[in-house]
Amino acid sequence: MDLVISISSGICLLLGSFICVSGSIGLLRFPDFYTRMHATSVTETSGVALILIGLMILSPDLLVFAKLVMILLLGLLIGPTTGHVLAKAAYHNGLKPKLTKSGNEQSSVPSSERGGDISKS
Amino acid sequence: MIIAATLAIFCAMILAISRAFMGPTLYDRILAVNSLGTKTVLLIALLGFVMGRPEFLDIAIVYALINFISVIAVLRYSDSNQFKENSSENEPIGKER
Amino acid sequence: MKRHSISLFCVLVAFWLLNSGHYGFLLLALGIISISFVLYLTHRMDVVDHESQPLHLTHKVFAYHLWLIKEIFHSNIDVLKHIWRGQLTITPTLKTIKISQQSDMGKVIYANSITLTPGTISVDLENDEILVHALDASSLEGLELGEMDKRISKLEQI
Repeated sequence: MDLVISISSGICLLLGSFICVSGSIGLLRFPDFYTRMHATSVTETSGVALILIGLMILSPDLLVFAKLVMILLLGLLIGPTTGHVLAKAAYHNGLKPKLTKSGNEQSSVPSSERGGDISKS
Repeated sequence: MIIAATLAIFCAMILAISRAFMGPTLYDRILAVNSLGTKTVLLIALLGFVMGRPEFLDIAIVYALINFISVIAVLRYSDSNQFKENSSENEPIGKER
Repeated sequence: MKRHSISLFCVLVAFWLLNSGHYGFLLLALGIISISFVLYLTHRMDVVDHESQPLHLTHKVFAYHLWLIKEIFHSNIDVLKHIWRGQLTITPTLKTIKISQQSDMGKVIYANSITLTPGTISVDLENDEILVHALDASSLEGLELGEMDKRISKLEQI
């Protein structure tokens, strides 16, 4: 029984920390503000959820479990609110997203530069 | 395994704060600081389990609330002139880097 | 109005008891005092109604949450693939989509569900249109098929 608990919580913690690190790498790698926001929303939903579930499996009593559930619910409530407020403020203050040009409006960048894969869709 | 997760969160925080220093626009910095706050909540919760003191979870809850309120408070002033972006950002993808 | 006050009272009592962990007389008395103060303040602010305590959604909202968790899981995997493959595979798109919800509650649930799902962010909410930024054009097509819209409309009807 002890072994099952430690293995399942270890798997959750490992997956969660992998997702957190890759969310931060996405924050560094993506080209503009709006796409970086998608990378942080990965960390805010599944990274936080998996790490807190891993801790919930290890939790010694009911109070600790309840506090972990509270942190998870608060995070899931706060994440989309902050994201929407940030995106709305950025959009209304004139920060234009970099979009892929597709179909009738062709890209102003020649596709030989590096955008071959992007303008395909 | 908890210690490994703590170290991973620490690495993620370093990556996030480097984006906060690099960030070309103001909004990138706000986003990176918000993401850093989310990871700090996780770090406090994990450290509570590492040290065997689950009372740290109270601090984690308070930190989550402070993080939320600070972002909302900064963006409360987003009508002012310093938040305006010039339109030179409007370049198609693939031009940068 | 009465049901909503009782529900808020129960939520606050559970919050206090789970957070404090000490059940002496003094702390319970302090808890009762602060809970009644909060109830007085919320009544003065006139915010205790069906919007802050959505009791009429209770019996349907769990099925919706299960479905939403499944969606979040799938789109998480998509965004993780894009992160590791690099920025050549992403196709960022900005588009307005129609919503069919009438009440403010339904609109807010829809916009929050879009933002909570990684890969799509609701940027702006006009009267019956949401401006959505998507990391990948295919996830926006999935949104336009209207699966989420239908489920929220079903949730709204009492």
